[in-house]
Amino acid sequence: MSEEFIRSLRIGDTVSLNGTLFGIRDANQIHMFDKGRTTRFDLSGHAVIHTAPNVQKVEPSDEYPAGYRHICVGTTTSARMERFTQPLMAQYGVKAIIGKGGLLQDSLAAFQQMGGVYLAIVGGAAALETTWVEAIEDVDLDDLNPESLWKFRVKGFGPLMVAMDSHGGSLYENVRKVAQSYREEALRGLKAKG
Amino acid sequence: MIVDLKQVEEVARDLYIRALKVLPDDVKAGFDRLSQSETNDLAKSVLGTMVKNIAVAEENSNLLCQDTGIPIYNVTIGRDVEVDGFELKQALRRGCERATKEHPLRSSVVHALTRQNEHTSCGHLVPVINIDFSNRKESLEIEMIPKGSGSENNTWLKMALPAEGRNAIHEFVIDSVLEAGAKTCPPTIVGVGIGGTGDLCVHLAKKAATRPLGSRCEDPEGAELEEKLSEAVNKLGVGPQGLGGNATAFAVHVELAATHITMNPVAVNMQCHSARRAKATFTPVGIDVGF
Repeated sequence: MSEEFIRSLRIGDTVSLNGTLFGIRDANQIHMFDKGRTTRFDLSGHAVIHTAPNVQKVEPSDEYPAGYRHICVGTTTSARMERFTQPLMAQYGVKAIIGKGGLLQDSLAAFQQMGGVYLAIVGGAAALETTWVEAIEDVDLDDLNPESLWKFRVKGFGPLMVAMDSHGGSLYENVRKVAQSYREEALRGLKAKG
Repeated sequence: MIVDLKQVEEVARDLYIRALKVLPDDVKAGFDRLSQSETNDLAKSVLGTMVKNIAVAEENSNLLCQDTGIPIYNVTIGRDVEVDGFELKQALRRGCERATKEHPLRSSVVHALTRQNEHTSCGHLVPVINIDFSNRKESLEIEMIPKGSGSENNTWLKMALPAEGRNAIHEFVIDSVLEAGAKTCPPTIVGVGIGGTGDLCVHLAKKAATRPLGSRCEDPEGAELEEKLSEAVNKLGVGPQGLGGNATAFAVHVELAATHITMNPVAVNMQCHSARRAKATFTPVGIDVGF
């Protein structure tokens, strides 16, 4: 994905992915960014997804090139991994992060500076998401299994909603502000009735 | 009634897998209710995807969510039941490990300090096993709850003061829902524990969050508070997946315990929209599996 394409996306747009998608997670990012490990994968220009899948170890074959059958691939809460967005983009050239629940201000700033987007998937809909994954093509940092670095081949992966864009837009921030503005009203209702 | 521990092990295995694949009818009905009352288009579409996922999971016999959770077994032993308690716990643990290896499932359980994953879904004090007793004759219930971390990470306790009264409870619940925002995979079941000691209060919140939809707090004051809090929480506009909408929570559930004259504890524990649970009841006639 080029920076030009990424910068053309605005919150509310929907996209689907075909081809390569990398699965990242708490443990592998802790190891890459805090413990000095590196990956042999080239993440540059690619999308990553916050995931640790259910897999079954099998004999490597054309169908299962990495020796793993994917059983259930779903998406985890992104906010835990907020502090890794900046280095993922700066050091590895990642252009899109797929997750659920959104990222925060530092990520939004990184998206603006380096041209990135956050694509929202419906969390907890992993059975459906799994049908968009064709295979696990490769795996790195597998001593961290299931929090390995996964290379998936996907087809029609989506629709995903652009929920944070490279222009400072965040659907989560918009909703957060609206929700906060209803706080007093919600509390008043509770008080009035005793 | 004598409990066959080999059967307990099988049931512990099967319930874990079943809970991960089939949502209880009350939760499905909850989706129908929220879908009908939702007015936001994006929220409707998000709810639609969740409902579709429930069908795909059943069709493909796949897991609803990749998060296999922290396994919890709630055991309720009735009267005139003969069972070796120690062996019962061992059997549940073996069943949990077998589900993980035989299906196989992602083991989501690690050592708290080394972060080592034994790939068994088990570890020190995990699976969580809660044992209680009931007045029911010749009955043993095993409820299995795979508690996902997206919702479990949104757990809070406040040791409020008596002088802060009920308003402290209201504010704490509303602020917890705001703080959780999109992270808990809403629509949620918001579990609220009120009273007890600190640890009991959090346990009650978990009990509330994992109760079937449509169930009510046994205490009338608690039941009234559930209704008011449900209405209040759904005024916030957080919506499904925190992307806006009316459907922030299926319900707020409250569980109460008596507390100390100097205390006013309140805890919140949340359950995500994939409000998974499964139950088996052992009686002299056989084993009935449901929710």
